[in-house]
Amino acid sequence: MNSRIQHYIDLIIVLTQKEMKVRYKSSFLGYVWSILNPLAFAFIFFVIFKVVMRIQMENYTLFLITGLFPWQCFSNSVNISPGVFLGNASIIKKVSFPRNVTLLAVVLQDMIHFILAIPVIVFFMFIYQEQPSFSWFYGIPILLGVQLFMTYGIALAISSINLFFRDLERLTIIFTTFLFYVTPIIYPETMIPAKYRYLIDFNPVAPLMISWRNLFLEGTLRLELLAVSLAYGVAAYMAGYFIYKKLSWKFAEVL
Amino acid sequence: MKKPVIVLDNVSKSYPLYHHITGGIKNFLFNLPEALNSMRNNRFEALKDISFKVHKGETLGIIGRNGAGKSTLLGLIAGVLKPSNGKIIVNGRISPLLELGGGFHPELTGNENIILNGVLLGMSRVEVKSKMKEIVEFSELGDFIDQPIRVYSSGMLARLGFSVVSCLDPEILLIDEILAVGDLDFQKKCIDKMMGFKKSGVTMVFVSHSMPDVKRICDRVAWIENHTLKIIGDPENIVISYTSHYSV
Repeated sequence: MNSRIQHYIDLIIVLTQKEMKVRYKSSFLGYVWSILNPLAFAFIFFVIFKVVMRIQMENYTLFLITGLFPWQCFSNSVNISPGVFLGNASIIKKVSFPRNVTLLAVVLQDMIHFILAIPVIVFFMFIYQEQPSFSWFYGIPILLGVQLFMTYGIALAISSINLFFRDLERLTIIFTTFLFYVTPIIYPETMIPAKYRYLIDFNPVAPLMISWRNLFLEGTLRLELLAVSLAYGVAAYMAGYFIYKKLSWKFAEVL
Repeated sequence: MKKPVIVLDNVSKSYPLYHHITGGIKNFLFNLPEALNSMRNNRFEALKDISFKVHKGETLGIIGRNGAGKSTLLGLIAGVLKPSNGKIIVNGRISPLLELGGGFHPELTGNENIILNGVLLGMSRVEVKSKMKEIVEFSELGDFIDQPIRVYSSGMLARLGFSVVSCLDPEILLIDEILAVGDLDFQKKCIDKMMGFKKSGVTMVFVSHSMPDVKRICDRVAWIENHTLKIIGDPENIVISYTSHYSV
């Protein structure tokens, strides 16, 4: 049993390394791309909402950056997920190994990039004369854990189902775009009109994304938000794993 | 007789034709009644009622026409497919020899791919690294080993793939007609290696269209025809009747 766990860990390491290497090799600017994308979006939203529409908020740039980086980490994995099992068809058809590891490696790879991007957030905080808080030391690992459950669960479900319904890929992009705009990332939750505000409780990623921003901007971790995001994360993981388990023995048949 | 390491007991495999749903959700919903009906009733029978045993150290050849069900059979033994009926028992570590470049990533170098492939096939990272030199030497790829494998020729890919598997210490080796691409030199080397495996007691299941190879390597041959096991037994006789059956 022990050697099986050891092999599982080896698989995760090797596949995550593969994802990292591929990312850096195929594009010379690997790391730059992973921070350029959220920064570019931050710039776009800044121009639209601060310059053109003149939203009344202080430090809107920092507000955007601290929300967009964690979101990018989540949405990258989810958007890639439909193609992951498909892309590994040649080994899934021949070798009996835990297939979910290929997906876990993709999610972990995006998280590593997110961690590597945190210095960029710190850099912008210094520009705006803010200080990183001591609470980051426990806050970041906790939220990363929750985000791992959430991302991996959703990705498992999408990647598995996409083998059977191949156009799920297109719906996934619509789904993440929709989710992006209904989650308070480019606007604070307090700006949502009071009569619609209860809807935010139904958005599984909202409490997580709000928690990230609170942690970065104020150094606080609100327990009730954390509890709700953890509950959503675990639920997403359980649902994803259940779907994967139900379908995985048919993977070699449909590929 | 030694104890059997692979046992197939009345194994059948059928699956629904998935094209209705792999065409996408939109397609599925627009043709709902037809799609549901076809999923329930139209099952493709890939294999019917196959029973045989492979003993430790034995080499079993599998021959048959394209689409007869040979690869499905290997998939069942490898454990990536579940039988719809019957039972399969496999005792030992299975190493499938992957199709050309399968499990490799084109952007990674030969070295990096060896580690990736070795771990996917069931080795630990430490094991692969300790055998790295041996694997590279066997492949005779020289300096190419540090190049991304997208620049490799198909023969070089075959070399890399076979080298990884051959240094694995396989217990059960599954080979799906991939030796045909290497040059003569390397093909000979592979056959020699397989003979070496035979001597050291590795069990092998070998799918091939090359009758000379089948005769040379295999102890027994299974002829799959029309999704069923037509005959299993002595290579010499079966190869002769197989060749005459199709050389009309």
